[in-house]
Amino acid sequence: MFADGTITPSTLSVKDLPWQVHWDRENCSFCGRCTAVCPVHAIELGVHRKRLLHAPLLGETGGNTSSSNVYQVYYGIRQRTDPAYACVGCAMCNLVCPNGSIIPYRSDEIDKLRFHINRGGQPRRRGGRRNDPAPGILDRIKFIRISMLTDPALDAGRHEFELRTLLGRVLPPEESLRLYREQGWFPPVREIYPLIIGAMSFGALSPTMWEGLQMGVAYLNEELGMPVRICTGEGGCPPRLLRSRFLKYVILQIASGYFGWDEIIHAIPEMKEDPCAIEIKYGQGAKPGDGGLLMWYKVNKLIAAIRGVPPGVSLPSPPTHQTKYSIEEAVAKMIQSMYMAWGFRVPVYPKISGTSTALAVLNNLTRNPYAAGLAIDGEDGGTGAAYNVSLNHMGHPIASNIRDCYLNLVKVGKQNEIPLFAAGGVGKHGNLAANAAALIMLGASGVQIGKYIMQAAAGCIGSESDRCNICNIGLCPKGITSQDPRLYRRLDPEKVAERVVDVFLSFDTELRKIVAPLGRSTSLPIGMSDALGIDDYYAAERLQIKYVI
Amino acid sequence: MCRLFCLTSEQPQSPMVAIRALDIMREGHDGSGVGLFLTDLGGPFEGLEGAPILSGIFTNEGLKRLDEFMIGIGFTTKYKLSIRVRKNPPPGTPKRDVYLIRAYDYPESWEGLGPAEIQYRLMMIRLRLRQMGEEKEDMIVYSFWPDVIMIKEIGDPMSVAEYLQLDREELQARVIMAQGRQNTNYAINLYACHPFFIQGVATMTNGENTAFVPIREFLMSRGFPGYTGYNSDSEVFTHILHFMLYRLGLGIEMYKHLITPLQDQELMRHPSGPFLKQLKQSCRRLIIDGPNCVIGCLPDKTVFMVHDRKKLRPGVVGGKPGFYVFASEMCGLDAAVPDRDKSKDFQPMHLDTAIVGPDRREVKRCSQMEPLPLLH
Ligand code: SF4
Ligand code: SF4
Repeated sequence: MFADGTITPSTLSVKDLPWQVHWDRENCSFCGRCTAVCPVHAIELGVHRKRLLHAPLLGETGGNTSSSNVYQVYYGIRQRTDPAYACVGCAMCNLVCPNGSIIPYRSDEIDKLRFHINRGGQPRRRGGRRNDPAPGILDRIKFIRISMLTDPALDAGRHEFELRTLLGRVLPPEESLRLYREQGWFPPVREIYPLIIGAMSFGALSPTMWEGLQMGVAYLNEELGMPVRICTGEGGCPPRLLRSRFLKYVILQIASGYFGWDEIIHAIPEMKEDPCAIEIKYGQGAKPGDGGLLMWYKVNKLIAAIRGVPPGVSLPSPPTHQTKYSIEEAVAKMIQSMYMAWGFRVPVYPKISGTSTALAVLNNLTRNPYAAGLAIDGEDGGTGAAYNVSLNHMGHPIASNIRDCYLNLVKVGKQNEIPLFAAGGVGKHGNLAANAAALIMLGASGVQIGKYIMQAAAGCIGSESDRCNICNIGLCPKGITSQDPRLYRRLDPEKVAERVVDVFLSFDTELRKIVAPLGRSTSLPIGMSDALGIDDYYAAERLQIKYVI
Repeated sequence: MCRLFCLTSEQPQSPMVAIRALDIMREGHDGSGVGLFLTDLGGPFEGLEGAPILSGIFTNEGLKRLDEFMIGIGFTTKYKLSIRVRKNPPPGTPKRDVYLIRAYDYPESWEGLGPAEIQYRLMMIRLRLRQMGEEKEDMIVYSFWPDVIMIKEIGDPMSVAEYLQLDREELQARVIMAQGRQNTNYAINLYACHPFFIQGVATMTNGENTAFVPIREFLMSRGFPGYTGYNSDSEVFTHILHFMLYRLGLGIEMYKHLITPLQDQELMRHPSGPFLKQLKQSCRRLIIDGPNCVIGCLPDKTVFMVHDRKKLRPGVVGGKPGFYVFASEMCGLDAAVPDRDKSKDFQPMHLDTAIVGPDRREVKRCSQMEPLPLLH
C-alpha cells in the first residue's frame, strides 16, 4: 500500500503474521518450485521495482554532470499478507528449493493474524492438536523403582517378554471357572499389542496413508508376530479390506454419523474374519462434545462412495448419537446391538473424550456385562478438522482421567475386567514409550496413538506450536490428509508401511528397556504405580504416585 | 536374600532342626530375624482335637485385654505353653512381656457350625485381635488356628531360639517352616516377617515381588476381609494360594499356572490350553515377575516349592521317605539330611512344582506342561 493509502482493520504486514518467509535473492534460481508447492499460496512471484540513483562524483567532467535515476525491475518472491493466504510454516518451499534460498521463520512475538482468522464471522477451523508446546505431565513422570540387588534387574535383550494386553470383557476368576465347567458363553477377548493405532478415518487420511498404515500393521502381525491393531475411525472401511483376512487386525469404529456402516453391515455375510473389535465413538479428545467433521474439500467420489454420501459436501457428524437419549440407551443397547451383529464374537467398547464425568460412564460400563473396555481420549488428542477453540481449550488431561478411572475400578474390584485404553498426546514430545509406560502403570491397559504415527510414519510436520495444521482443507503438503491425487501421490504407501514397522519395533525395545529394570517381563505392568515418581508435589498427590526431587 | 528351610517328617521334630539348618545357611547373611510355622504338631498339642491355638507376642497389658476379649466371646483356655525368658534378650531382640502359645476351647454357641463358618470366624477373631493390638501396640497375633503354632522374633535365629528355649520337649511338629530374615527395605515389623498364614495356608518366600502393588490391589478388592496386612510384598503369595484353594477350588498343581502362567506358544501346545488361557486372562493380576522362591504348606499338610518363571532364586528339595526338606541353600539340606541319596535331589525349574504330600513317601514333580487333572 501507499503511505497515504487506506487500510482495513485486517490489513497486516508480514511482521504481523506467525511466519515470515525469508528469501535469498542471491541464490534463487527462479525455478518457481516454491510458489508451485506452497499449499496455501502464501508466496507468489513478485515483480519488484528498484530505483538506482546515479550521483556524479565531485569534479566529474563530461557531458552529464547532474544526478540521475535508473529504474530496474527484478523478479523474486513476495509473501502475501491477506489472512486467507498466511504462511503456515510448513517449509515445503524450503524442501523443494534446489538452492536452499527460501525458508520460513517464526515471528519473534505472538502474531496478529489470530485476531483476524474469523472473517465472515466464521471462527478458525484447523486440523492438528492442542497448541501447547510445554512438556506435559506424562513427560515428567519418571520410573523410579529400579531393581538391582534385592531383585536382579531383567535383561531387556535376553529374558522372555510377554508385553500383551487384553481387549474385551474379562470375567472374574470364579465366574470364568464356573462358565468353563458349565460350557457357558464367554465374552470375546482379544490378546493384542498395547500400542494401538487409534481412529483416523478413511477420508481424513489419504488413500496412500491408509494403505501404508494397513500394510504396516499386516506386516507386523504376519511377519513379526506382533498383534498390532488399528482403528478405522468414522469413515467406514474399504470394501476389499472388509472382505479380506486382514480385517482381524482392524477395529471398526461406529460414530454418530454412522458413515460407512451401510457398506459394513452389508459386507458381514461375506466377511472371512471377524474384525478385532468395534469401537463406539461418543467423544474425541481433540474436540470433546463435537462430532466428526470432514470438510467438503476432501469428500471426493471414492470417499463419498465408501461413506454412502454425495460427493463435495461437508460431513459433520452430530455431537451425540441422535437415536440415543440416555446413557442406558447409548451404552447398553448400542453395545448389545453391535455384539449381536457379529453373533457375540466381537468385543464392543465405547470411546469417550477425557472428561470429569468419565467415572459416571465407567460405572455404567461396570454394570453392563458386555462392555469390553473403555477408551478415553485426552485433551491432547488430534483431529483432521475442528474448531480452534475446541482444540485448544476443551477436554480433560488424560493422566488423571485414566488414574481416577483405574482407581475406581480397583475400588469395585473390576480392574482386570474392563480394560482402559488411554489416548491423547501420547508421545507428543517424541517420548512415546515413556509416555505409554507411564499411562500403563497409572492403570491403562494400552494406549492409542494417532498424531505420533502420522509424524513418525509419514512425516507430518504439524506441531503444538501451530505449524501447518491445515489437515482440514485437503491440502496436506505431505499427502497424509489430502484426497487430491497430486498431493497424496507424494506419499509412498510402502515407505509408510516400513516406517510403521520401524516405529513399533523401536517402541517394543524401548518398552522393554523401561519394564526390565523395574523387574517386570512376564506381564504388562498395568497399575504398577509404585514404579512412578514425579517432581511435582501436587501432581504426585493427585495421581497417587511418589513425589521425588 | 532370606534363608528358607522347611521340613516334613513322619516323626515330630524339634524346631531346632530348622534353626540349626538356618544357622548353617547363614554365611554372608545378617540374620536379622526368624519366623517359624509349625503344624501337624506332636507332643501335648497333638491331642487337642481341633482346638484353635493362638500364637503371638503380648505386653502384660495386652494379655489382660486378650483375656477379657476371649472370655467375652466365650473362648476358654484349654492348654498353654509358657515361655519364660531370661532377663537379657540377645542383641537386637527387644524385651517382650509374653510369648503366647495357647489353645482354646470353642464357645458352646459355636456348636453345630459348619467348617467353613468356623474357619471364617477364627480368621475374623485373629484380624480383630490384630487390629486391637495395632491400636494400643500391645499385641501381635500371628495365627489362631487348630494345629498351628507360629513364632516370629527379631534377632539372630540361633540366639533367639536359645532365648525362647525352642528346644523344649512340648514343641514338636511334623511340618516346620523357618525363615531367616535378611532385612532389606523395611523397618523391621513383625507382621512383615515370614512365614505368612491365613486359614491353614502358609507360605514363605525369598526375593522381592516386583508386581506387588497390582497384586495387592487385586486381592484387597476381592471383598474378603482376610486379604489385608501386606506389610511385606511376600504376603500376597500366601493369599494368592488361599484364593486359589478356597475361592477357585483348584489344587496346588495350578498354583504356578496362576502366578507364572505359560506363554502363548506353550499354551497352544498344552492339552488344556484353552482352559489355561481363560484362567490366565481372568487371573492376570496375580501374575508375579519374581525373583522368588516360594515354599508353602497347605491345610492338608502338603508341602511344596515353586519359583518365578525366570528362576532367579535358588531352591532345592531332597530327603528320604518319611523325611523331606525344602531349602533355599544346598548346605541347609546337607545339614538336615546328610544321609540322603543326593542323586534324587531336585531343584525345581521355571515350570516345576515340587510337592511332598502328607504321606511323605516321595517328592512329586509337576510340570506346567503336563495335562491337568480333570476339573470338577
Ligand atoms: S512455509 Fe509453507 S506455507 Fe509458508 S511459504 Fe513456504 S510452502 Fe508456503
Ligand atoms: S503435514 Fe499434513 S497431516 Fe501434518 S499437519 Fe500438515 S496438513 Fe496436517
